[in-house]
Amino acid sequence: MRAKTIDRIATYVLTGIAVLIIAVLVGLLGFILTNGWHKLTFDFITSPPDLLKAGGGVGPQLFNSLYLLVLTMLISLPLGLGAGIYMAEYAPNNRITQSIRLCIEVLSSLPSIVVGLFGLLVFVTMTGWGYSLMSGALALTVFNLPLLVRISEDAIRNVPKSQKEASFALGISKWRTVVTVLLPAALPGIVTGAILASGRVFGEAAALLFTAGMSSPDLIFHDFNLDSPTSPLNPFRPAETLAVHIWKVNTEGLTPDARDVADGAAAILVLAVLLFNLGARWFGTWLFKKMTSVTR
Amino acid sequence: MNTLDFDQGNTIIRTKDLSVAYGEKTAVSKISMEIERNTVTAFIGPSGCGKSTFLRSLNRMNDLIPSCRVTGSIEIDGIEINDSNVNIEGLRQLVGMVFQRANPFFKSIYENIALAPRYHGIRSKAELDEIVEQSLRKAALWDEVKDRLKESALALSGGQQQRLCIARAIAMQPSILLLDEPASALDPISTMKVEELISELKDEYTIVIVTHNLHQAARISDKTAFFLMGELIEMNETSILFTSPAQKQTEDYITGKFG
Repeated sequence: MRAKTIDRIATYVLTGIAVLIIAVLVGLLGFILTNGWHKLTFDFITSPPDLLKAGGGVGPQLFNSLYLLVLTMLISLPLGLGAGIYMAEYAPNNRITQSIRLCIEVLSSLPSIVVGLFGLLVFVTMTGWGYSLMSGALALTVFNLPLLVRISEDAIRNVPKSQKEASFALGISKWRTVVTVLLPAALPGIVTGAILASGRVFGEAAALLFTAGMSSPDLIFHDFNLDSPTSPLNPFRPAETLAVHIWKVNTEGLTPDARDVADGAAAILVLAVLLFNLGARWFGTWLFKKMTSVTR
Repeated sequence: MNTLDFDQGNTIIRTKDLSVAYGEKTAVSKISMEIERNTVTAFIGPSGCGKSTFLRSLNRMNDLIPSCRVTGSIEIDGIEINDSNVNIEGLRQLVGMVFQRANPFFKSIYENIALAPRYHGIRSKAELDEIVEQSLRKAALWDEVKDRLKESALALSGGQQQRLCIARAIAMQPSILLLDEPASALDPISTMKVEELISELKDEYTIVIVTHNLHQAARISDKTAFFLMGELIEMNETSILFTSPAQKQTEDYITGKFG
């Protein structure tokens, strides 16, 4: 009788917590989207911001966010995956490995503003690049690496040991076993990790303030010369992202429609993250099916 | 590995004083055994008697366990495989293995079989197609899967998965097949199919099978080896071992007094 009562209470409490979390999430999303909905015009999404007058857009910022994401992933995914493979399959179980693991934990708990200041010192000043996409991407790599290493290590470890045995028993070398047997099987976990990391890149502001910078040149989208300061693809130009733009407009925006711009930018950011997540999930499923023939 | 310079009668596997230890614990102690070509040899004995460990030392799968130490000699086709300069990949091509639980790769039926031959150098699509078909035919699985080679192997039933694993091992064209309780996780009908398969395969391969099922050992093997506490108690023709065992322990085990 008593156990039953406790069970009922626990069920109610847990359901309540779940409902509360979902309510907060739905409320937040609804609030952001309803406030920003009216700004979601083609003009706002594509035109550059205006520093003084009303009517500016967030085109370059949206592009910067996406481009920075691509750059960051190009750098951090191979590193994270490589380190994950090493930790899961090659690292001997000893003091050094344990201390590497500890370092990764510590790195993952660094406040992002500290990562940003470290980035300012190393990737902006010491390299002499100034505020640039590349500096931002490297700072975000520092920020993301622990997560990626951890998740790919776990994903590879979670592949049943029998898969490895089967491969070794066929005389297949360790490296080829990792590449052709373990990685494909670990793919869903790795994709989830990459999506999580990407979400953080989209949303990150503090680590980017002093690395990718708080301004963006007026981009000329048909300029493909990588050296040109107005080329969207130049990785060594300053690049304010959407999240940084929201923060900047909110704190020091001078235009009369600053609030409006921030609301609109927030809505776009949320939608972009949503679309990206759905797209990445679809791609991950497609890739998994392609590599393993397994339909999930 | 060249079989031409091998002239030791019909023996294909010969171990001498083979011991295997995990850390301080001895799992197999000083076993000497000879296994003849194209026969089925069954290893029986209670859990933890060392029969699986012994089996896994024949293709050096124990190398995967860091604390594991193997001493003594194992000759396969006259070549000492415990030498440090032995090509382990080549050894495992020669000595195939099927595990207790079917472990198909997370890949299509076709890829499951083609993966290893491709790795070992066969690139031509036609040749791979041929290997896949022949291996599946030998494993008596072709008719059941020929229309869905591109589908995931995980969609097959447990018994089909295990036969796929046998086909995968055959695709390497090994001389020896090691089967580690291959039917222990299967239903009776699948078990029967695997047993039939084993009887057919012994024309081409030397088969060593670990089993918990004494009836199975009696049904399919030519010779049976009884293990207890890491030692080889008795090895003989299956018909003799089961009807008139020489050792008291063997008799107690096969009549069900322990185990």
